[in-house]
Amino acid sequence: MKKIIKYVILDILRNKIVMSYTVFLLIISFSIFNLEDTAGKGLLSLLNIVLIIVPLVSIIFSTIYIYNSAEFIELMVSQPIKRKTLWLSIFVGLAGSMSLAFFIGAGIPILLFEFSATGITMIATGILLSIIFVAIALLASVCTRDKAKGIGVAILLWFYFSVLFDGLVLFILFQFSDYPIEKFMISVSALNPIDLARVLIILKMDVSVMLGYTGAVFQDFFGSQWGVIIAGIVLSAWAAVPLLLSLGKFNRKDL
Amino acid sequence: MIIASNVSKKFGKMKVLDNVSAACNKSQCIALIGPNGSGKTTFIKCLLGMVVPGSGFITFNEKNIIHDWRYRANIGYMPQIGRYPDNMTIAQVLDMLKDIRKSKSQQLDEDLINEFNLPALMNKRMSTLSGGTRQKVSASLAFLFNPDVLILDEPTAGLDPLSAEILKEKITTEKKKGKLILITSHVLSDLDDMITEVMYMQDGSLRFHKSFEELRSDTGEQKLSKAIAQVMKNN
Amino acid sequence: MKIFYTTCLLLLSLSFRASATIWKVGKQQNIYSIQQAIDMSKNGDTILVDAGIYFGKNITVNKSIVLKGINHPRLDGEKKYEIISVKANYVIVDGFKLQHSGSSGMDDLAAIKIYNSRDVVIRNNILDDNFFGIYTQYGTNCTIANNQIHAAGNAELQNGNGIHCWKSDSMRIIANKVSGHRDGIYFEFVTNSIIWRNISENNIRYGLHFMFSHNNAYISNIFSHNGAGVAVMYTHGMKMYNNIFEESWGDAAFGLLMKDISDSYIRGNRFIRNTSGIYMEGSSRIVMEKNIFQNNGWAIKMQGSCDDNTVLYNNFSGNTFDISTNSELVLNLFNNNYWDKYEGYDLNRDGKGDVPYRPVSLYSMIIDKNPATAILFRSMIVTLMDKSEKVFPSMIPVDLQDKFPHMKPFPL
Repeated sequence: MKKIIKYVILDILRNKIVMSYTVFLLIISFSIFNLEDTAGKGLLSLLNIVLIIVPLVSIIFSTIYIYNSAEFIELMVSQPIKRKTLWLSIFVGLAGSMSLAFFIGAGIPILLFEFSATGITMIATGILLSIIFVAIALLASVCTRDKAKGIGVAILLWFYFSVLFDGLVLFILFQFSDYPIEKFMISVSALNPIDLARVLIILKMDVSVMLGYTGAVFQDFFGSQWGVIIAGIVLSAWAAVPLLLSLGKFNRKDL
Repeated sequence: MIIASNVSKKFGKMKVLDNVSAACNKSQCIALIGPNGSGKTTFIKCLLGMVVPGSGFITFNEKNIIHDWRYRANIGYMPQIGRYPDNMTIAQVLDMLKDIRKSKSQQLDEDLINEFNLPALMNKRMSTLSGGTRQKVSASLAFLFNPDVLILDEPTAGLDPLSAEILKEKITTEKKKGKLILITSHVLSDLDDMITEVMYMQDGSLRFHKSFEELRSDTGEQKLSKAIAQVMKNN
Repeated sequence: MKIFYTTCLLLLSLSFRASATIWKVGKQQNIYSIQQAIDMSKNGDTILVDAGIYFGKNITVNKSIVLKGINHPRLDGEKKYEIISVKANYVIVDGFKLQHSGSSGMDDLAAIKIYNSRDVVIRNNILDDNFFGIYTQYGTNCTIANNQIHAAGNAELQNGNGIHCWKSDSMRIIANKVSGHRDGIYFEFVTNSIIWRNISENNIRYGLHFMFSHNNAYISNIFSHNGAGVAVMYTHGMKMYNNIFEESWGDAAFGLLMKDISDSYIRGNRFIRNTSGIYMEGSSRIVMEKNIFQNNGWAIKMQGSCDDNTVLYNNFSGNTFDISTNSELVLNLFNNNYWDKYEGYDLNRDGKGDVPYRPVSLYSMIIDKNPATAILFRSMIVTLMDKSEKVFPSMIPVDLQDKFPHMKPFPL
């Protein structure tokens, strides 16, 4: 397995996109921290990067990578290698390089300029989101044969998780505004990894706003040790479940 | 050595393989022949585990291949269209496969690499290669690990006459070593000198599987192309 | 002749001076009880109390004397009594440690209570674990200075206020430190008074609380970690200068809460890290100038019932929301402020942005109506909604705008 991971990572590194993604993140992070008056405001701008750019790049790059590696996958499948090994290696390679790119591009600047609980939460969730969206991309691309369709599905999924889902949540919140649904909203946020990551970060960052009654409910849950553990488990599940589903599909896939 | 029992496969609604059963043994050199879209490549892919049969099963050395992957160490496969990671050089592809497949006891067979004069092209990226050169790489890879079984899908397509000749000689050599060789080709004249058996597929089903001698006597034709033409006419 | 009279007067006053006695109370002295010393003294005398602990039940000061503790003698109320009751004018209480006053739901028992007196000075005392700290009713021109007042406050009903003034006038509350009480400092029906350089922190309800108290000023105080920093209610003519309001956290927590107040000034204050910097309702003709609003959840929550207020030359930075309101009608003026969220430009380089800034965001209105939407905070959909609302306002009050937003923060 190590050998295949090695070749996947070598292949990804040869692909200039991951390098440019890293450099892009680096430039953005440093300029954000240098331009904004306060490091806190810099974190705010970085929040958008973590919640929007990271999932987008992870899912699109991984989907395209899988389609572009059809040859490599085909070649490997005819070799004495377990399909599971091959697929997991591709996942590890992709997730590893996306997380590494994020860590170098955004994590290191955050550690340099804003070494705080907020900063560390942001790095952790950024890495988790990278991994989660690689897994989702794997599932999306194993389900659709056609490359254009697959990339379309990936973009739609990203759009769903970053905008549509929250739109639905907003709708539900107004439909049920007369009911105490704060606790229910906690479980709803588990249905979207981006939302979960966002809540975890803003509970550290915008403590002031999150101190209303609603905030108190969230704070009670996510602020507690159990809340953080559960959130971590849910986020890991968001990586594990799509990965396992895609693995099952890939095992039975005709190449 | 390889036994396929009632293998069927559908792609969507289209039946690509219909109840195909076949047995292939050592020292045989089998020509897998049939019109376009008759299921040859799919059948080969089933043997390699690249396509999972919808029903039926395939055994390799009496082991069902569905739960196994090690058997592929005994197979050298030359695909119809060799597709390789675009941004790798020939050397990198070779090294990668050697790295992944090599076991200590195994003797590498680099004859073809040398005969095709690939060392001169080693640092070229796969994306820059011509179709013929790609075929040469595919062929070299198929033979590289000295496998007991060789599965060659349209081996001579796209090769210049000289290289085709080199490859045919190589196949003959390997056949003499007692290996099982499975070839599909539309250039039937290429096959005359080397094959021992013929499998004929049409519309996803195996129409017949007999020795070349038998086919010759059945049809009264010496040349494979003529014999097959006769079969197709009769159908 | 003139000289003769002057000399006589001088001699007369000297003879008064000479007749003032100093009484000493303590274990090594002849008098052990403070009350006994007070009873023997006459107006103008001084009572010096040695260090030690005194259980006086209740000490009533009914003469104009100086009561001075040496090295903070401890007066203990045994959780039953009011410790010192001042019932005369011109009394000075200086340098005691007062602890464990009684607490009662019926009477407002305090460590020191001033009844109906004027020109009383309470200074340099340490108050620990009392129900009320220093309590004035019908006091005039009294000074409460340099006291340290602390209680281990945990519930509103079990704690009184640190400094409590009721129906008093011309009070001076200076340089006290109050913590752990219900309200740090409480004014009800108090007029023409000044509160200066106090520190009021960790009080259960408010750091400073005004009810029906007109024409007062509080200047250069620090209010931190209180339920709300300062609450001003049913009052007019307040001057609030150069105070610091910080760290008021919680559901109903504010740096400054104003309810039904008018004709007041808020200038040079700093509102830092409060859930809401200022919350105001039913308030009018208030001028807010040159304040700093930094890192608050909401810098100013101005309810629709407010009118004729002016917000000028303030710095708004790092606040989650700058202004929120629940009304579409805009009767207040917001001009010439610095807003860090302003994204406009300044082509003519006059230091003021060329397009107006709208400090109310759509989402702040949504969150006001439906607090559960806090879960969508900083999500992309909210950002998109806010941005599009800024360009094409449909729900936010269109006229609530700063026409001359400053490009750079004021050097405050």
